[in-house]
Amino acid sequence: MSILDIVINGVSWVSIVTGSIFLIIGATGIIRFPDFWSRLHAAAIVDSAGAGLLLLGMALQAGLTFVTIKLVLIGIFLLITGPTSTHAIANAAFVSGSRPLGDKSGKPVVPADVIEPPLTAEPITAELNEDLTSKT
Amino acid sequence: MFVVAVLSLFVTMILVLFRLIAGPTLYDRVLAVNTFGTCTVLFIGVLGFLFERPEFLDIALIYALINFVGTIAILKFFRYRALGDQPNIKDNGENAQ
Repeated sequence: MSILDIVINGVSWVSIVTGSIFLIIGATGIIRFPDFWSRLHAAAIVDSAGAGLLLLGMALQAGLTFVTIKLVLIGIFLLITGPTSTHAIANAAFVSGSRPLGDKSGKPVVPADVIEPPLTAEPITAELNEDLTSKT
Repeated sequence: MFVVAVLSLFVTMILVLFRLIAGPTLYDRVLAVNTFGTCTVLFIGVLGFLFERPEFLDIALIYALINFVGTIAILKFFRYRALGDQPNIKDNGENAQ
């Protein structure tokens, strides 16, 4: 076993254990954070740091084989789909009227330049409606 | 070392399940399902390495794709109350058959 093998083995150890720690941290955040928007932040830790470090550790264990290509593909898919679905969830929650918890006085912290959508779930699909009605 | 990863993934999935059951709003539950799916992908991959059968990664790859489609489908259903084409989207389902 050459020195390079030992170094690669050690780096993969470290990244897998660190990824596991990040997973536990994210799960604790999902359990204990007070409202939906902060839980979104905790779930992002699981999606990015935990998954990324675990995949990196597994790729270092596998070496330069076909398995590594599959691992990189899984990583790319997770990098594309994770933010997309998180954005979809956050957008749906915002449109439905959910707002982050406020500061200590209970006032919601929303920046002044945010355009408030109507609180009822009016569809944002005026163009879609027109398309559908013009067809029928 | 893969045992450590498997155990931590197991603990993570159990904690996320608690949020899935107890989540006060619908969006908490959708978020928990999404995180649970990511954990499942990692779990299948790590389990393949633990059993020295890396062919499991194919299943993990497919599961990652299905998970994404599932989340988007759930959100679309809860916004439009339908998954396919809607002929009468304007009357908000009053004349739905």
